[in-house]
Amino acid sequence: MSRFIERHPVWALIVIIAIAVALWLVFAVWPPGLEEAIGRKRVFLNAVFNGVTLGGLYFLVASGFTLIFGLMRNVNLAHGSLYLFGGYVGYAISTATGSWLLSFILAFLLTALVGVLLQVIVFRRMEGQDLRQTMVTIGLSIVFADLMLWACGGDFYQIQTPSWLVGPMDLPLITAVKSSGEPVYLRYPVVRLVIFAASVVIGVGMWLALNRTRIGMIIRAGVDDRDMLAATGVRIQLVFVLVFAFGAGLAGIAGVVGGTFQSLSPGEDIRFLLASLVVVIVGGMGSIPGAALGALIIGLAEQLGSVYIPTYAIVVTFLIMVLVLAIRPQGLLARR
Amino acid sequence: MSLAHDARVAVRPATTAQPSARAWPEIDNPAAWIVAVLLLIMPLIANGFFLIEIFATTLILGTMALSLMFLAGYGGMVSLMQLTIAGFAAYMVAVFGVSANTNISLGWPWWLAVPMALALATIFGTLGGALAVRTEGIYTIMITLAIGAAFYYFTNQNWAIFNGHTGINTVATPHFWGVNWRADIPFYYVVLAVAALCYFAVDYISRAPFGLALQGVRDNPRRMAALGFNVNAHRVAAYAFASFVAALAGVLQVWNYRQISPGSVSVSACIDVLIIAVVGGITRPIGPFIGALIFVLLRTFALDVLIKFGLDGNRFRLLIGLGFLAIVFWSSDGVIGLWQRWRQSHRPTTGRSGGAHGHG
Repeated sequence: MSRFIERHPVWALIVIIAIAVALWLVFAVWPPGLEEAIGRKRVFLNAVFNGVTLGGLYFLVASGFTLIFGLMRNVNLAHGSLYLFGGYVGYAISTATGSWLLSFILAFLLTALVGVLLQVIVFRRMEGQDLRQTMVTIGLSIVFADLMLWACGGDFYQIQTPSWLVGPMDLPLITAVKSSGEPVYLRYPVVRLVIFAASVVIGVGMWLALNRTRIGMIIRAGVDDRDMLAATGVRIQLVFVLVFAFGAGLAGIAGVVGGTFQSLSPGEDIRFLLASLVVVIVGGMGSIPGAALGALIIGLAEQLGSVYIPTYAIVVTFLIMVLVLAIRPQGLLARR
Repeated sequence: MSLAHDARVAVRPATTAQPSARAWPEIDNPAAWIVAVLLLIMPLIANGFFLIEIFATTLILGTMALSLMFLAGYGGMVSLMQLTIAGFAAYMVAVFGVSANTNISLGWPWWLAVPMALALATIFGTLGGALAVRTEGIYTIMITLAIGAAFYYFTNQNWAIFNGHTGINTVATPHFWGVNWRADIPFYYVVLAVAALCYFAVDYISRAPFGLALQGVRDNPRRMAALGFNVNAHRVAAYAFASFVAALAGVLQVWNYRQISPGSVSVSACIDVLIIAVVGGITRPIGPFIGALIFVLLRTFALDVLIKFGLDGNRFRLLIGLGFLAIVFWSSDGVIGLWQRWRQSHRPTTGRSGGAHGHG
């Protein structure tokens, strides 16, 4: 961090000011002039919270994508299909058993199984052929999309939120002050906060596993130099299968989360593929902290954009990607 | 048997055909002449449905895929945004020209709207290409796919210019010299002329100094940079040319369907263009057209054939996906590669003597 400030004092100053302004916007009671200029604070805070929680969901999808890419150089364009598959599995389980948590576990396991099969049957045969692997993932995404359309139809599904998570809660953030001087607090759905907390826990857990354990060390070494790692006698194929399974499983979990937050339908696979592409392009390909930062930026940009400039919201997301590519083509937090 | 024949039998990418520079490769190939004559007299053979729904559509899709083939085959850049550029051109024709959505369309005559659309789409594609060349190889796919997907969602969201998910309908088609150019037969010849023009342009550029330098950049960018070539400028120029070709196809497409909506620029349609190019073969300009013919035939008749075999007729995309997977697994050079391999295995002597002749 201090190195970054030493190297880029101007950028560091801009970032610090931006963070300060953002914090003030969130915590302060807005003066009337500001409310007139950009609308109610409640709307703004809701957009920010939606953005952050959506960022959590994007992180779940994109971290698996970036992990697989970082280690295996495999741009898995079927990642969106894995997301949708996990969502449908979660829906089936939760309607059959009524258990929301069980649907997470089974969606993770089944999607991870699909990932293992893909790695063992398909990708192991064409190792080192980046372009061909990517083409295969495109073909697979078409096949999966059609199979899922066949099995589930074109309807919208929504996974039932468990009763202990239904409803809003008050957050200690003042949105406005009534004329009587009584503060009004922000009310926000519990389930989104819980899911966001869970994605933070998963993210921290991944960071710890990558940086503090032996398998994490092997994976990091593999990201840096795959051939050298194989030469040291590590069973690299096993590591590949494990990482692919874990990345796919994360997409499956994200599917259940997305099915609870929003809804599942054909076309969602493409949406989340796009989201993970943009997130990893912005954050840096192959970097987990990069995926977290990218997911946060894209989630916020999407939600704030759709509130304040509704018909141009996607352009904001896209402009962020363009800006990052122009200034730092390798992504914000990539090491190269 | 000339040098040109060598190029036809060679399994290697088009680079091995270098000695044949400055000769039209198909000029002494009877099969090419037969195809050309067949295409010219097609209106005598085929009725309106086949002429437009099969052949004109094939040529339009083939031209789009040709622009991808040019980038991928000669530049080594697999761009998934070629359909997006075509769609952008189509939208621009609808926005600047005449359509039923009078609140959006500016009502320019076609000879003003079309050059405008072509210019804007070429600029759009070039800017996208300039972005994509900032990173290399596999990242190009990701960035161009992101551009294509962003454009799709943007057309869905935006009502001021793109009229949201309903799109723009009843786009006017040109009428001049007393001819309705959207009537089946004149339109077929317009499409054929544009497709042929693009085909020969790509064929010519691949053997012109620019095309050779581009192939050099594809094979070894560092070496080309060391030789004094501006690698990125060549890549961006390739994008500019490919964007123009794709934009031409887009204009034809909007005239063909007379409407444009986000569904026409969806991500799966972007991927279809890649499938067409890869299935046909991305090493030679004829590949995309073969791929487009297979794609269009499948799309049109898969329903009937599947039902005839007692299967669910709606599984067309499954068929396309599986076929694409099979091609990617077994032939890196698409149908052309399969054909060439088959020829070589059946007539090994001819192939070798032709090759010896070519290098002698």
